[in-house]
Amino acid sequence: MTPLAAPTTTILVTIDEKTYSADPGETILDVCKREGINIPTLCFLEGVSTVGACRLCLIEIEGTRKLLPACATVVAPFQKVKTNSDRLKKNRRMTLELLFSERNHICSVCVANYNCRLQDLAHEVGMDHVRFPYLFPDCNVDGTNKIYNIDHNRCIMCTKCVRTCDEVEGAHTWDVRGRGFESRIIADFDEAWGTSPTCTLCGKCVSVCPTGALWHKQSVQNNMKKSPEMVSELTAKRGRKG
Amino acid sequence: MNLAKLNDIAAATKEKCKNKKRVCVCAGAACISSGAIQTLDSMKKIVKEKGLDKTVDVIPVGCIGACHQGPLVKILPDETIYQKITPAEAALIAEKHLAKNEVVKSLLFATGAGKESPVNSNETDFFKKQRKVVLETCGNINPESIEDYIAVGGYQALYNILSTLSQEEVIAEVKAGGLRGRGGAGFPTGLKWEMVHRYINSTKYVVCNGDEGDPGAFMDRSVLEGDPHRILEGMAIAGYAVGAQKGYIYVRAEYPLAIKRLETAIKQARVQGLLGDKIFETDFNFDIEIRIGAGAFVCGEETALLASIEGKRGTPRPRPPYPAESGLWGKPTLINNVETFANIPKLILIGGKEFASVGTQKSAGTKVFALAGKIMNTGLVEVPMGITLREIIFEIGGGIPGGKKFKAAQTGGPSGGCIPESHLDTPVDYESLGALGTIMGSGGMIIMDETSCMVDVARYFMDFCMNESCGKCVPCRVGTKQMFDLLNKICTGQGSPADLALLEELAPYVRETSLCGLGMTAPNPLMSTLRYFREEYMAHINDHWCPAGVCKMEPAAQLAEAHS
Ligand SMILES: Cc1cc2nc3c(=O)[nH]c(=O)nc-3n(C[C@H](O)[C@H](O)[C@H](O)COP(=O)(O)O)c2cc1C
Ligand code: SF4
Ligand code: FES
Repeated sequence: MTPLAAPTTTILVTIDEKTYSADPGETILDVCKREGINIPTLCFLEGVSTVGACRLCLIEIEGTRKLLPACATVVAPFQKVKTNSDRLKKNRRMTLELLFSERNHICSVCVANYNCRLQDLAHEVGMDHVRFPYLFPDCNVDGTNKIYNIDHNRCIMCTKCVRTCDEVEGAHTWDVRGRGFESRIIADFDEAWGTSPTCTLCGKCVSVCPTGALWHKQSVQNNMKKSPEMVSELTAKRGRKG
Repeated sequence: MNLAKLNDIAAATKEKCKNKKRVCVCAGAACISSGAIQTLDSMKKIVKEKGLDKTVDVIPVGCIGACHQGPLVKILPDETIYQKITPAEAALIAEKHLAKNEVVKSLLFATGAGKESPVNSNETDFFKKQRKVVLETCGNINPESIEDYIAVGGYQALYNILSTLSQEEVIAEVKAGGLRGRGGAGFPTGLKWEMVHRYINSTKYVVCNGDEGDPGAFMDRSVLEGDPHRILEGMAIAGYAVGAQKGYIYVRAEYPLAIKRLETAIKQARVQGLLGDKIFETDFNFDIEIRIGAGAFVCGEETALLASIEGKRGTPRPRPPYPAESGLWGKPTLINNVETFANIPKLILIGGKEFASVGTQKSAGTKVFALAGKIMNTGLVEVPMGITLREIIFEIGGGIPGGKKFKAAQTGGPSGGCIPESHLDTPVDYESLGALGTIMGSGGMIIMDETSCMVDVARYFMDFCMNESCGKCVPCRVGTKQMFDLLNKICTGQGSPADLALLEELAPYVRETSLCGLGMTAPNPLMSTLRYFREEYMAHINDHWCPAGVCKMEPAAQLAEAHS
């Protein structure tokens, strides 16, 4: 359902003082990607639905008090967008600090070391130390699956696995249990992954997981490579966009 | 149903009650828990035994308001209220007041010690300054009788708009009334209706938000329990105005009585042709279903609520798009609060202009508050907007019990802030409360006296937000946890100035980056207690001392360790 006043022709938007044209319905992140403007993203995955949950891609729009997620905000005519103000940079650093403080992200002993989106982002936004106490909640490692492991200590609750499993593989093995700080990714009705009757062992969740939470059993420290593009390419071939 | 039938029902019901006294026994949840059903049964039995049933009707009613004095019994048309009525005392009232018209002075509803209680309850301090619009008939009619509602003018507004007004004219009337959403944020209701109305050729929905998750708030519950037809009528009017045929009422499962009364009301309205197809013999079709929530605070947030109705996990999603554009199953959806809908029938009947004559220029009408905490008269009150907090707390509320000193009032619950003594003369309206760093909220008002520690209060509300956070977005999920831990440290005497600095950096960050209103407002209690009671924080940090004597400080040995 489109609003009555929805524009149907090309839209002009100004991003960081430069003007670009965009198609109606495109998000600010779409335009930025095309134009080579870097906005940090963590929960966004091309090809599956958008949740706007990590809050790293927040941008400023002139005349709007709220900061809005670039991944979930559709362009409007003559919008003036700032993607990299001091205020935004400070917030991004804080978001990463909180994420690092939440569970266990000790990189040096992680399979995804050097191949981790969380780690890359920390570099990118200059988050060099965490001022909050590490919370280390009681999280387990589920090694019951034949081929993969899930280590909840590394999970950042981006729900990419949940969305990919449901929307691309169609299995809906993964979901979320509990709420707030206590929420966890679960297999089926919170069962051991290895006994899941719905899991097809396709491994897409492992490919899209941005950290070392989902990994191949044979990988060791530093050598688990991730390939989220695989899922995006697959969905593009099927003619679908997130 | 047509006008003649509506008038017949009204006339017949009035005729039945003519020249009769009406004994209203409060059957709201609070009075029921203090034994109102026994009082009601005993009253009915005695009236029958004494042969008074020709001249007296005994009925259960919704919340009368002075919940702290329940079970309450109200005699109409005398407007006399008796308090804390046991089954035995019910007999006494029947013998004296009902049989001989003698007032039982010792049982009269009393506000404030030492004063003689007026026989007409409207003259008591508690009711004198109240102004009833939403609660106009709550406490006077039987909530399980559609005839009672019709007899007091119910469904007349629905008839009026269906027979004489276009959709645009209804919206114009609501706009003229200046009504703003009572669910917390105060968005102009007419404008919201117009936004939904704008979408043409689409299925649309009307949703009533009865989630009411604020700790200490029970306004919406009382309206749903006490006058359910008013909500149905308000929703039907909205349905007509925006072009929807289907409505949902979302009520939390913790409100079984409200759900039961709503179910009864919906059934009755369907039987009378006031819901369903061809309402009032026009082409307007509208029906309502109840959806029961599982009591998560976040499910009061509109997008989470809609997800929950759709059967999904109740988590919010980014807005825009707003529900008006893409709501239930992607269709344009109007979502308003219970109290907002409850204002509608009256607004239509008296007209927008008249409606706006109560209250202030920017905040029209009245607001229902649930008074709780350290205050003499806890309960439900409805006041004109613009009244001062001092009037609410010290006149209507009767002040602070036990000779204690007032310290602060919290409005807006976990999303709001506190108001200290120095701002007690602030008028209650959306803008003035906003300027103080709090919000109108949905109507919870918690009064605190000198025995409350404000750091502990901030911790309490942060604990609430942390537990109710849905966990979807990072700032709220981890931010509330870290803020809670820091507050906890300060409350146990282990906090340092650096912890306070970190809190003051975290709070505005969580406010500005969270996905939904829960996270965006979670820092409010912290920020407002810091604004008005900073010295209490400093006492905990620097002197390891809780001025109110609430917080238990960790022993010094552990302290040294924590600081090393
Ligand atoms: C965390 C949270 C909880 C909320 N809880 C309620 C609630 O219990 N009842 C309610 O009417 N609105 C609640 N709201 C506000 C709704 O999102 C929405 O604004 C409101 O129902 C709109 O109705 P109104 O315009 O009539 O106020 C809540 C908002 C948030 C962010
Ligand atoms: S602000 Fe809190 S409740 Fe709202 S989406 Fe974020 S985590 Fe969920
Ligand atoms: S990438 Fe936009 S909110 Fe996470």
